[in-house]
Amino acid sequence: MSDFWSWFIIVIVALNLLGCAGLLLWNKQISPEEAAKETTGHTFDGIVERNSPLPRWWLGLFIGTLIFACVYLALYPGLGKYEGALGWTSSNQYDAEVSLMERKTGPLFEQYAQVPIEELIQYPEALAVGGRLFANNCAICHGSDARGAKGYPNLTDNDWLYGGEPAQIVTSIAAGRKGMMPPMAAAIGNTDEAVRDMAIYVQSLSRPEIAKQADKAAAIERAKPKFMVCAACHGTDGSGNQMMGAPNLTDAVWLYGPRIEDIEHTIRQGRNGNMPAHESLLSEERIHVIASYVYSLSQPAKQ
Amino acid sequence: MENAVASPPYNYRVVRQFTIMSVVWGIVGMLVGVIIAAQLAWPALNFEIPWLTFGRLRPLHTNAVIFAFGGCALMGTSYYVVQRTCNTVLAFPKLAAFTFWGWQAVIVAAAISLPLGFTSAKEYAELEWPIDILITLVWVAYAIVFFMTIARRKQAHIYVANWFYGAFIIAVALLHVVNNLEVPVSAMKSYSVYSGAIDAMVQWWYGHNAVGFFLTAGFLGMMYYYIPVQAQRPVYSYRLSIVHFWALIAVYMWAGPHHLHYSSLPDWAQSVGMVFSIVLLAPSWGGMINGMMTLSGAWHKLRTDPIIRFMIVALSFYGMSTFEGPMMSIKTVNALSHNTDWTIGHVHSGALGWVAMITIGAIYVMIPRLFDRKQMYSVGWINAHFWLSTIGTVLYIASMWVSGIMQGLMWRAVNTDGTLTFNFVQELVERQPFYIIRLLGGVIFLAGMVLMAVNVYKTILGNRDVSGADNVMQAA
Repeated sequence: MSDFWSWFIIVIVALNLLGCAGLLLWNKQISPEEAAKETTGHTFDGIVERNSPLPRWWLGLFIGTLIFACVYLALYPGLGKYEGALGWTSSNQYDAEVSLMERKTGPLFEQYAQVPIEELIQYPEALAVGGRLFANNCAICHGSDARGAKGYPNLTDNDWLYGGEPAQIVTSIAAGRKGMMPPMAAAIGNTDEAVRDMAIYVQSLSRPEIAKQADKAAAIERAKPKFMVCAACHGTDGSGNQMMGAPNLTDAVWLYGPRIEDIEHTIRQGRNGNMPAHESLLSEERIHVIASYVYSLSQPAKQ
Repeated sequence: MENAVASPPYNYRVVRQFTIMSVVWGIVGMLVGVIIAAQLAWPALNFEIPWLTFGRLRPLHTNAVIFAFGGCALMGTSYYVVQRTCNTVLAFPKLAAFTFWGWQAVIVAAAISLPLGFTSAKEYAELEWPIDILITLVWVAYAIVFFMTIARRKQAHIYVANWFYGAFIIAVALLHVVNNLEVPVSAMKSYSVYSGAIDAMVQWWYGHNAVGFFLTAGFLGMMYYYIPVQAQRPVYSYRLSIVHFWALIAVYMWAGPHHLHYSSLPDWAQSVGMVFSIVLLAPSWGGMINGMMTLSGAWHKLRTDPIIRFMIVALSFYGMSTFEGPMMSIKTVNALSHNTDWTIGHVHSGALGWVAMITIGAIYVMIPRLFDRKQMYSVGWINAHFWLSTIGTVLYIASMWVSGIMQGLMWRAVNTDGTLTFNFVQELVERQPFYIIRLLGGVIFLAGMVLMAVNVYKTILGNRDVSGADNVMQAA
């Protein structure tokens, strides 16, 4: 804020408050001549106005609020660039509240951080904390039951795009993940038939009975050699690659839907997945606890 | 239209038109309100039809009750009051007729375009740019008619009601033009010339002053005429009316930032908005005191005259909501109340309790006089309407207080591990009973409006008052 605007604000705020005070001073008493007459003498459509003075309690209320205004503007930012005697800012208040909460809850999470994730899932109270953190931070995409939705992975099915080991889960949460399936129609022949053939082939990888259907066999034969361009990421057998987040196509788990149309759409348009990074939003210890909770969801035997 | 003081043949045609349409739009607007209140309780009631969805009907409700019901009432009563208190006929009768038909065109355009999804996405200023231009034209015509009537007055002084109506007309013109500066990109789409926090600030400077000048100053003008006329008592204090008028219009302009507490609006602007919101308490109460104390010496009329009851209860709700408003503008309170149903309750204690009830009172005073009838068809129905309005309003605001404070407390509840105790859906589920009570309050209030419409219809259908008395307050 420039000096000009700062002074502009100070001057008009002061003028407005002083104007109110002046208005009250000027009108707080009525002259004896006025008081002697009961009404002002004007008549409007039969309406007359009495010469009553301002009610004292109301005058007091008004003056009280004006004094409050002056005190508040002396203590808090308001008058242009003047920062206020207390040095309060909304971002300071936010930081103070966050660090207060951090001091209160820090020791609990430090305790949990000492325990490796594989062991932490044995502690129900830690998992309960993890579940609440999940509800606050993760459920909006992955669902309150963590079973995901179209485009948002199910975290309970032990099928992992980027790996289900504790360290891999921590990385997914902390650094985020960017899934990128490029549009592949051009690479496999660029015709509707080629795309349909490939979709059928991909579907057959998890449903072997499809390969036995007479009308699908020819399509699968045509698509099979072209799958080499897909194999760069998904592997020659279609079992995927967790290093790059390429899904396993043989397990009947579909992030974007199992229908032929869904698979064709994926081939034609590609897909972009985005798991945002949380390391700037959540402390390392909290991510550790959330990762434990997520890890526990697919470890029924150990629970 | 003869009475003791020779008065000119007033132009009542446009007043009658606005008054009748105010009743009609009141029912329409409140019916839409009842529908969306039902949708909040049972979301399936939008039937998945796009133009029945909450997002489209909610702006229709607010525009209909504020600008159609309230706007017609303000324009009608201001034309009535300015003629009678200036003792002169309305200036430019054809221009006055244009303001009526132009305003109805604006309302119909809103009723069509909002459900179709055309919106500039600014609360209470959703209408798209061609309608904005029509509003501007009508408003300028309205200002010319009103102020030229004052210029031609046969009275030395300008009555206080006209100060308030005048301030309302000038301020709304300013607010409307500044907030709706926009760049059209097609016939029904435009973008605001402001961006980011500045856009938000301009919007709430508009939004809060729409409350201050449309819903407060305008209706205080109404109050200053119809209460002394109906009570047949002098206005309590001329001095108080001067002080609270100038303080009110000077201070209201500052209060907008309290809508943007704890946002990206700079801290200084939030503080200034809060401080002036608190200073606003006394000027607001000035109007309440002046209206209430006008009844001193005539309190017994509260027992016998349901119209006086409407007016005094309206002032009570006005006083209550203008106390609640400054309290909610305090940052600490706002941290709890912001974005909750408490805000909705607060708005409706002003909108139903103050704006609608003072308007209803004024309409009951005016209808027999406009149509030369001795009195309304049924005074008993007015009394029934009074109780329906009061009970409806109380159910509405009490349920929203409970719901809103519960919401605020549930949102801020934190476990010992720092996580939120409740997720959004858990909190939402708790709100449903209060949404049903609110709906009930709205239905009861709407029922009162329908009763008024029948009463007005029967009154107009009835016999002309052969006494020829204009029902003007007698000087005795």
